[in-house]
Amino acid sequence: MRTLRIIGRHLLIILITALVGGLLGATLVRLAPGFGIQESDLNAQLSTEARRALHQDDAGERNVISYYGHYLGSLIHGDLGYSRSMERPVSELFRDRLPETVESVAIGVAGGWLLGLALAIPASWKRAPVYSAGATLISGVVLCIPSAVLALIFLVVGSPGKLAIALVVFPKVFRFSRNLLVKTYTMPHVLTARARGLSSARIFGWHVLPNIAAPMLALAGVTVSIAFAAAIPVEVVCDSPGLGQLAWKAALSRDVPLLVNLTLVIAIVTVAANSFSELLSPAATRDVI
Amino acid sequence: MSRTRWIATSVLIAVFVLALFASAFAPAPYAKQFRNDTDHPPSRQFPLGTDELGRDRLSRLLYGMRISLLLAPAAALISTALAALIGGAGAYIGGTWDRATSMLIDLFLSLPWLFLLLTLRALLPLDIPAVTSVVVTFALLGILGWAASARIVAASVRSIRTSEFLLQARAAGCKPFRLLLRHVLPNVKPILLAQFWISVPLFILTEANLGMLGLGVTEPLPSWGNLLRELENYTALRHSPWLWVPLLSLVMVVSLFQFALEAEERA
Repeated sequence: MRTLRIIGRHLLIILITALVGGLLGATLVRLAPGFGIQESDLNAQLSTEARRALHQDDAGERNVISYYGHYLGSLIHGDLGYSRSMERPVSELFRDRLPETVESVAIGVAGGWLLGLALAIPASWKRAPVYSAGATLISGVVLCIPSAVLALIFLVVGSPGKLAIALVVFPKVFRFSRNLLVKTYTMPHVLTARARGLSSARIFGWHVLPNIAAPMLALAGVTVSIAFAAAIPVEVVCDSPGLGQLAWKAALSRDVPLLVNLTLVIAIVTVAANSFSELLSPAATRDVI
Repeated sequence: MSRTRWIATSVLIAVFVLALFASAFAPAPYAKQFRNDTDHPPSRQFPLGTDELGRDRLSRLLYGMRISLLLAPAAALISTALAALIGGAGAYIGGTWDRATSMLIDLFLSLPWLFLLLTLRALLPLDIPAVTSVVVTFALLGILGWAASARIVAASVRSIRTSEFLLQARAAGCKPFRLLLRHVLPNVKPILLAQFWISVPLFILTEANLGMLGLGVTEPLPSWGNLLRELENYTALRHSPWLWVPLLSLVMVVSLFQFALEAEERA
């Protein structure tokens, strides 16, 4: 019963966040000074009447509340609207492009975690200064390169550009987990276990891992958001037909319905990932002291 | 001050000075076109060569650094001020306000702010002047990037609010405004300063990403973001290694910020 209540609370948070996030996105779009300005305004071949007719389409979207109310009504019926720039229903665009982004984000998150942990665990375990400094240097350099450039570097060396998302995620995982591990290894119960002569693997599995599980799970949710943000420049540079590239194209062509839907969907996914990792945290944590 | 931090800070100051006085150090104005020397390789006249429009790359790099290095701190100031105002004030007042601001912070942290940023930046008027595009780009970075700092500031204010010295000051009859000014703010100042310095390289990198997407600072004004766009022609990179210089300078400056901050953390 308690578990159901917690799940229900998280579902409610996801719903509220998504609704408020979508409304915020719609509002911000309308507050922007360039709202209503279209590429057609610069087209000298169009007559004044033609431009006026194109602008009349925007008139219904001027009022945020009425636009958002209408949008939610359509959403209940599974209608996400129509993309002017792509000349296709938004739901169709999502169906086509979501798998590409999900794949990139999954590869990015998994790769970033593998790389981050592969460097962080030995760095805190062995306490070798050279190894630790080397790993810190690698993560520091990667952290200083924009994700779009990382994708370009992968393309230059002939590797899949989407691997760049893993490099964006990796420094966050490495730094967070290394600091956490170093701190945990100095805790009294770990020192006692060491003094008793327990093996390094046993100390790690029984005394360190349960202590760091909850914050690491919280980080897992955050890395999903980081990977989604990195997907925009990476997909644009690599010309991958995903949601990141779609957002960029929509932004360049001022496609309001598409942008609001994209913001909403990504908000739902990131909040769901955060809630999921938060739900798992108590189960993963074991009181070891 | 530790040695690492001292070196990092000194080099950063030197870079700031170089960028600030770009007009004195740059061989040519950033928009001047040498039409007979387009795509010129490095030479004595053009140390980093010229771009496809015949503009001196070194001059554009120096002016671009000036824009990024002056406006990223301005954006960081906006985001830190918002973090202090929203996170700090909510935690100081406490109760419903604290819960409401915490929810707002969580909401902003969950939102895909790069998507929002992309949207807002793209919805600026098409004929926006280059200088306005610079100011708006960095202002948006500051306005949308406050949430992570706000969470840290709020946590710090919460711990101060329940601290012994504040309870004693309250018991001695200190008024809430005086408590804020004399006891809370001085104790939060180091946190705010750290958040400010952490935000600066973050905003430089975000502008670089936006610039590479064509949504950052508009031409002819140079910025690190739009200078990096030359890297997109990656077949030319093999024959023109000097095209990597803007990226190397960006990595160097952001690394210097990291070294300065890490040394501060260790201290």
